[in-house]
Amino acid sequence: MTHVPGAERDQAVSELKFRDPVRARGLVDALAQRVAELGRSPVSVMHVCGSHEQAIAKFGLRSTFPRGLNVIMGPGCPVCITDTPEVDEGVVLARQGIHIATYGDMVRVPGTSMSLADAQAEGAKIHVIYSAAQAVELARATTDEVVFFATGFETTAVATAAVVLGGLPPNLSILSAHKYIPPVMEIVAEMPQTKVEGFLAAGHAATITGSAVFEPFVARHHLPVVVAGFEPLDILAGLVKLVELIRDRTPQVVNMFPRCVTRDGNRRAQDQLWKVFRPTGGRWRGIAHVPNGNLRLRDEFAAIDARRRFPIDLASLWDHAPAALVQSCICGDIMAGLSAPTDCKLFGQECTPEKPVGACMVSSEGACKIWHQYGGHPDLGGEA
Amino acid sequence: MCLGVPGKVIEVNGNIATVDFWGVRRQVQLDVIDEPVAAGDYILNHVGFAIRRIPDSEIAETLALYEQLIKQAEQDDLMAEDVRNEIAGAKDDSRAGS
Repeated sequence: MTHVPGAERDQAVSELKFRDPVRARGLVDALAQRVAELGRSPVSVMHVCGSHEQAIAKFGLRSTFPRGLNVIMGPGCPVCITDTPEVDEGVVLARQGIHIATYGDMVRVPGTSMSLADAQAEGAKIHVIYSAAQAVELARATTDEVVFFATGFETTAVATAAVVLGGLPPNLSILSAHKYIPPVMEIVAEMPQTKVEGFLAAGHAATITGSAVFEPFVARHHLPVVVAGFEPLDILAGLVKLVELIRDRTPQVVNMFPRCVTRDGNRRAQDQLWKVFRPTGGRWRGIAHVPNGNLRLRDEFAAIDARRRFPIDLASLWDHAPAALVQSCICGDIMAGLSAPTDCKLFGQECTPEKPVGACMVSSEGACKIWHQYGGHPDLGGEA
Repeated sequence: MCLGVPGKVIEVNGNIATVDFWGVRRQVQLDVIDEPVAAGDYILNHVGFAIRRIPDSEIAETLALYEQLIKQAEQDDLMAEDVRNEIAGAKDDSRAGS
């Protein structure tokens, strides 16, 4: 059997809450046929977006995927890939009495010896914000120093760039842990153990960067990239196209989300992004050093760079060895596509959303939290 | 933080638009969007910033996922929660005048 038998698949489709069941069934059949046409299995493809994984898990899409197709979540969770020393920088600043504003999930991500939430329990001033603009409001409402611990991929980095260019209050500075997705795809493609034969790229990040941002990657690695939206039907259609490109050995970038994404993307946003940030190499938690994967403030913005405004001595945190449990966390392997959340012996046992050991269980975009929330091991069709 | 949310522009005041998200009115920054925006347009909001004007022909298709998410917004649903957070990323319009 190279794919899920028809009746079983039909039942899976009928149980899903598709907006358009007829189109869904057509796409599910097409996907099974394309995978069968490959004449080999398994074939593995990777998406790099927490929202894609949420949609796959929420709508039970894996149960409709043919056997022989592995759809892996890569390093697409911005909270998860923020590295321990970056969390430590936030913690050290917070413990100096500086207000820290950051996005919600960051607060619980473990650093070397404590998270921002732990620092808050000791009296540090931590503020959860939803938008970079709220960091500006927070700073305007006080004379104390405020640091915006800015995390996330190009989509949130653009928002940070916009507030920087709009002019910050004098008591506000930026601790940038922003990351840039295209370079990490190169790392995954170059891993000797990798089985990934194509990528599904995230629609809304590509709204900013344009689909053309992936063209150099395709030219270098001869792997196809399909830009897809977040509707269940968008994801199915994206996968059908991706497997077609693998079957035909025609690696290219295909934009299957034209209602939001153009080839050039949002040029104004890109101009702002690169005016404020420069790409630099740095570690992504659990994965690797990623050349050009981190976004740091350019020298022109040294005055608002928290790393230059304040002394940040991380050594004080490093006297404490990380907890033993943390050392068995396999977040990095999961994000590199080498392991699944259920391969981790901590999953659902010592590590749960209530008491997360690793960052992948903290964030709503982390693979472990998504799998845990939507019911353990949702991959019914992944075995070869 | 990957998922933007579409909303309908009610009015534009310089750099800021009042946008309706399923009955919730919010202020969205227009610093980043690369096209002029007017009342009646739909935009994609991401962490309080409009990142794209949705072409007229694409509006219905774009709203579909969110309609589904909001109608079946079960508790603890991660995707619906992210959508709610995205809407929260835009500034509450009721605070705007104060």
